[in-house]
Amino acid sequence: MSTETLTGAAELRAFLHGLPGVDRVGAEERAARLASRSIKTTAKAAAIDLAISMVDLTTLEGADTPGKVRALCAKAARPDPDDPDVPRVAAVCVYSDLVDVAVRALDGTGIGVASVATSFPSGRAPLEAKLADTRAAVDSGAAEIDMVIDRGAFLAGDYAKVFDQIVAVKEACGPAHLKVILETGELATLDNVRRASWLAMRAGADFIKTSTGKVSPAATLPVTLVMLEAVRDFRAATGRRVGVKPAGGIRTTKDAIKYLVLVNETAGPDWLSPAWFRLGASSVLNDLLMQRRKLATGVYSGPDYFTQD
Amino acid sequence: MVFEYAPAPESASVARIRESYGQFVGGEFVRGGGEPFKSVNPADETVLAEVACADDGDVDRAVKAARTAFDKVWGPMPGAERAKYLYRIARLVQERARELAVLESIDNGKPIRESRDVDVPLVAAHFFYYAGWADKLGHAGFGTDPRPLGVAAQVIPWNFPLLMLAWKIAPALACGNTVVLKPAETTPLTALVFADICRQAELPAGVVNIVTGAGETGRALVAHEGVDKVAFTGSTEVGKEIARTVAGTRKRLTLELGGKAANIVYDDAALDQAVEGVVDGIFFNQGHVCCAGSRLLVQESIADELLARLKARMATLRVGDPLDKNTDVGAVNSAAQLERIRELAASGEAEGATRWSPPCELPGRGFWFAPTVFTGVAQSHRIAREEIFGPVLSVLTFRTPDEAVAKANNTPYGLSAGIWTEKGSRILWTAQRLRAGVVWANTFNKFDPASPFGGYKESGFGREGGRHGLEAYLDV
Repeated sequence: MSTETLTGAAELRAFLHGLPGVDRVGAEERAARLASRSIKTTAKAAAIDLAISMVDLTTLEGADTPGKVRALCAKAARPDPDDPDVPRVAAVCVYSDLVDVAVRALDGTGIGVASVATSFPSGRAPLEAKLADTRAAVDSGAAEIDMVIDRGAFLAGDYAKVFDQIVAVKEACGPAHLKVILETGELATLDNVRRASWLAMRAGADFIKTSTGKVSPAATLPVTLVMLEAVRDFRAATGRRVGVKPAGGIRTTKDAIKYLVLVNETAGPDWLSPAWFRLGASSVLNDLLMQRRKLATGVYSGPDYFTQD
Repeated sequence: MVFEYAPAPESASVARIRESYGQFVGGEFVRGGGEPFKSVNPADETVLAEVACADDGDVDRAVKAARTAFDKVWGPMPGAERAKYLYRIARLVQERARELAVLESIDNGKPIRESRDVDVPLVAAHFFYYAGWADKLGHAGFGTDPRPLGVAAQVIPWNFPLLMLAWKIAPALACGNTVVLKPAETTPLTALVFADICRQAELPAGVVNIVTGAGETGRALVAHEGVDKVAFTGSTEVGKEIARTVAGTRKRLTLELGGKAANIVYDDAALDQAVEGVVDGIFFNQGHVCCAGSRLLVQESIADELLARLKARMATLRVGDPLDKNTDVGAVNSAAQLERIRELAASGEAEGATRWSPPCELPGRGFWFAPTVFTGVAQSHRIAREEIFGPVLSVLTFRTPDEAVAKANNTPYGLSAGIWTEKGSRILWTAQRLRAGVVWANTFNKFDPASPFGGYKESGFGREGGRHGLEAYLDV
């Protein structure tokens, strides 16, 4: 390693460890308090539509087939077949080998295709493999790349390695947006969450994302709070805006609305747009649709009135 | 897109407010000999109800009822029996929690979020906690058979009407005393609902008596010869008057008075959580908190950054209808208190500090004061020395830990303090040097029935809460 990289690595470490700490008890309290905001009537209706437009509809199973992806794309374009007023979701997220299927299925809808590349979900592969994965996805038409960081390197304190990998993947993305998955469930502390957020943002991330959805705990309110504080502070410091995406574990409309309140009162209303905030949650969509219909008609309909894809 | 919260008010009808309320003496609601007074909703200045006013004769009857109950029933009763009543009261408070919370917010002006999530749960917790002590007094460290004092006269303030009632009544009853309590004249309603809860719990007549009225009633109660113990929470000024009245008598006295707490933020603090704690410290209950963190002492090296974060956070505070579940800051309790806050804030500007409030629209009717922060405050300014008892924060800076401690202690008061740092050794170093009854570390305004609370210097003496809280009601 050259002296220059060593200095860079030391500076990066000093910077990340110089960030203000996060007091877990305080962060949890703040998140819980915001979660108790009462959202009703018109505010609830607006929140539901906003949440739907922020959903990244996702299928990330080993058993995924082109048919399954096409079904998901149809749902993304028209979430509620009975109601054309329901907004479209933000994007469809698939493995890199299925990107071309999704791109064709979504042609003309304006919905973006996101792809988890970089040896998702573990991230344990040589950099060359990750870059190849990324390029393949972008070449197939992915507009967004969801990369996972090397948690092993991060926890070992090798921040420079994580940084360099994000820079390399960002370059491989070309025009595609880069979402960096921190896998906060494996980072264990909120101090680490804040450091990883800043690390990713400094390396060029367009979005920071909590989780792959394959590790528990996935997205939580305190973790998302810390990430929202980080993007707010990063914009104040650099002028550049970065988006946030909690993923995994968000199942109900109530949950989704809690996240929106968190965004509203932490990063600010500026972030309340699919361009700057996404929900990585597929199962929440049907609940949002169900609650939307409940608000409109006053009665609940059963789960069979909404499509399973 | 702008995400607007729709109003989500609690229904005022839950509070079941009656047109008039009598005082509670000897287990009965009775009219008072004085001129009835009106309780006003500070959020819109409407009259809520007419409340009886106790004159000297009423106070005398209440003290006598308490004496009789003490001699005949409550004093001789085994602790385990007393505990049953206290548990029953605690459970009834829980059952009627919504009614109590809504009524408290209407009468006091505090946000429903606080009365619902903080006040009422803590009230129930205090009765549960002291119910547990009632049959274990011999193990509390005050000898094997500590005796109750007799009749306790208790005078409480308007900032936490029901919670202060619980802090006073629960330990007194657990120890075997009977009580005559006077709630503040601007916030008597929840105490009268509590009287109804005592009836519902079939508490023997005279064990709890509640007399309503203003300063005169309080004076008569404190000065009454039949009283064995006086407990007061309120202003330092009134506390001194009570101390003079009680001096030279056999009456025991505890006072919990004003404060001017320092919230010390070191440069290594978790800044976002510190900001949250500063906000909670001064804007909780509109700053009507004797232990409010009204002086922010911030290390100079991070002062600019912390203030920028604080102002951004203050801009998100939602001021308005106390019954709306999304409200963070409610109404000031009375016109008189609003005037005092205005006067002190004006002095801050006149003495050269810089005043800032976030843009916020205040309701046209009612008593309102926007959350306010003063920067460039010096120790010699009135806003750094006098208790404002409102949503007004004074910001001072320091350079070294020694300076922080010196400035924090340089006040006539000594009720509470806060320390914000990631460094454990610095917490301990600072806490050992602060002359304050409660020192919170990386948090603020946390209350628990098991934790003693009380002051140094002009913040009073004696402790409430915890095992220590029993001592004030036992002959030890």
